[in-house]
Amino acid sequence: MKMSKFAVIFALLFSCFVQQPLFAASSQLQLDSVDIDLSDKASLQRGARTFMNYCLSCHSAAYMRYNRMGKDLGLTDEQVKESLMFASDKIGETMTIAMRSEDAKKWFGAVPPDLSVISRARGTDWLYTYFRSFYLDDSKIMGSNNLTFKDVGMPHVLWQKQGYLQKSDDGHLATASKGDMTVDEYDLMTRDLVNFLAYIGEPSKIQRLALGKWVLIYLALFFFVAYAMKKAFWEDIH
Amino acid sequence: MRLIEWIDARFPLSKLVNAHLSEYYAPKNFNFWYFFGSLALLILVLQIVTGIFLTMHYKPDAELAFASVEYIMRDVEWGWLIRYLHSTGASAFFIVIYLHMFRGLIYGSYKEPRELVWIFGMLIYLALMAEAFMGYLLPWGQMSYWGAQVITSLFGAIPYIGEGLALWIRGDFVVADATLNRFFAFHVIAVPLVLVGLVGAHIMALHEVGSNNPDGVEIKKTKDKQGLPLDGIAFHPYYSVKDLVGIIVFLFIFSIILFYMPEFGGWFLEKDNFIPANPLQTPEHIVPVWYFTPFYAILRAVPDKLFGVMAMGGAIVVLFLIPWLDRSPVKSIRYRGPLFKIALTVFIISFLTLGYLGTQPATGLYTLLAQIFSILYFAFFFLMPIYTSLDKDKPVPDRVT
Repeated sequence: MKMSKFAVIFALLFSCFVQQPLFAASSQLQLDSVDIDLSDKASLQRGARTFMNYCLSCHSAAYMRYNRMGKDLGLTDEQVKESLMFASDKIGETMTIAMRSEDAKKWFGAVPPDLSVISRARGTDWLYTYFRSFYLDDSKIMGSNNLTFKDVGMPHVLWQKQGYLQKSDDGHLATASKGDMTVDEYDLMTRDLVNFLAYIGEPSKIQRLALGKWVLIYLALFFFVAYAMKKAFWEDIH
Repeated sequence: MRLIEWIDARFPLSKLVNAHLSEYYAPKNFNFWYFFGSLALLILVLQIVTGIFLTMHYKPDAELAFASVEYIMRDVEWGWLIRYLHSTGASAFFIVIYLHMFRGLIYGSYKEPRELVWIFGMLIYLALMAEAFMGYLLPWGQMSYWGAQVITSLFGAIPYIGEGLALWIRGDFVVADATLNRFFAFHVIAVPLVLVGLVGAHIMALHEVGSNNPDGVEIKKTKDKQGLPLDGIAFHPYYSVKDLVGIIVFLFIFSIILFYMPEFGGWFLEKDNFIPANPLQTPEHIVPVWYFTPFYAILRAVPDKLFGVMAMGGAIVVLFLIPWLDRSPVKSIRYRGPLFKIALTVFIISFLTLGYLGTQPATGLYTLLAQIFSILYFAFFFLMPIYTSLDKDKPVPDRVT
């Protein structure tokens, strides 16, 4: 029995799957890559603040609970209630909103999607690029359009921060009016927001990564015991 | 011991354990490829156990299904682990089964006297496909929904009764709440019962005739004075301790995926399935999960819908016929001539390429390639009686090497 052969065949089999992502974003646009870090609690807290202030009035995150978020982000229930909870009363509630979907449909042309798992459906790079590619477009009702999501119904909510961009004839975006933030500050804010969206996409990922290494260490140790046992039993077989 | 004796006087407990474990003599020369049978059994148990826990929290209702899965992922204690075990287990099941079937092909394990072992195995494979297909609807994401929509509409291609049949299967004019509810019933009880029964039959048929081996030599032909095969060793303890090593290695790789990449780059959990099912919005590409893509590619390679469905069904049905299509007296690839080796290589390449093509849009070159490799896929089977009888096989040894 050759264990190495076992491992090699499996590795080959899997590597050919992983090499290319199956569902690249359908738009031809080149996405900017974002480096997210779920262990960076300060970043997640900043992202949560942006999310609560700018997203969670039209969008819900109906599978995510406030107290769970507080626990994972290192905040007490009181801190969450005071600085992050504007849409609900009880700490154990999920992040729902008051806007009715019939109204939303009338105002935006489509119901703003729930954001609980948006990072898993779109991918973090897509979101990061999306937040940074709104541009002025007079032909749209909201006055803005987006390179990443053509004809999106959503207005440029963060315009006060970023300012407005204008699309040149060759398709590039350039500043049309300045916002409160520099480009770097805005990139950092959107990165934190994407980090937070990635977190609410799968809050248990933190536990998953933490548990994984112990399982692997256990199996590795168990392997030596089992292999020695196999050797001992098979000594007399030729 | 007194308890065992008490039971044995009323139920053949020791007899069963002996017959299937400690006195079941397996060839001593099993190699890497012989791990996958016991691994498949392990995954079957894993899927059943995790499935039981998932059904405690899952809601088979079009309004609630998607949210209940996220509830399991977030609010149920260890729910994320149970769900990922189940979703990763589904793909692992097919990987293991495909390798197990490949083992059967290279060592001729389907040949006389093991035709029924192969047939039962193929029935397990069929049941597993039904199980996976219906299970995939349950998360009620966009791919769940539209995958089921595409597959159920295939029944509509059957002349005369097609449309009515598709309607009867779905319980509605499109995939809807009624479909979800019945697929849930099939997924959690009907098909698993069939699967467990078939696995029992598969193992009983195997233990009746005995295991094949990498040399394709019948170990029962050379026995010692006690009537035990000279090249055989008791399954327990020899193969139980050996399979344990294989199980640990498997679990190690399985855990790497489960803990560090449960979506597996979109192959095990598709991105679009994190968008709730929307009957009014068709996704740009409807792609089945990877284990169905070879057959999906064959379906799309045929321009006519009805013939496409027939080709897809035929691609699975021909697998049942292998024991009778193969005319060579030699079982193992070790002693086969070049023709079989070439044919098998072409077949494996075709199967993998079709699997890749099934994930790509069916346009231009991709369709042409799918047509070429579909023909090669079928050629492996239809030409088998010819090339296996013409082949220059090598002499087979009397004993295992």
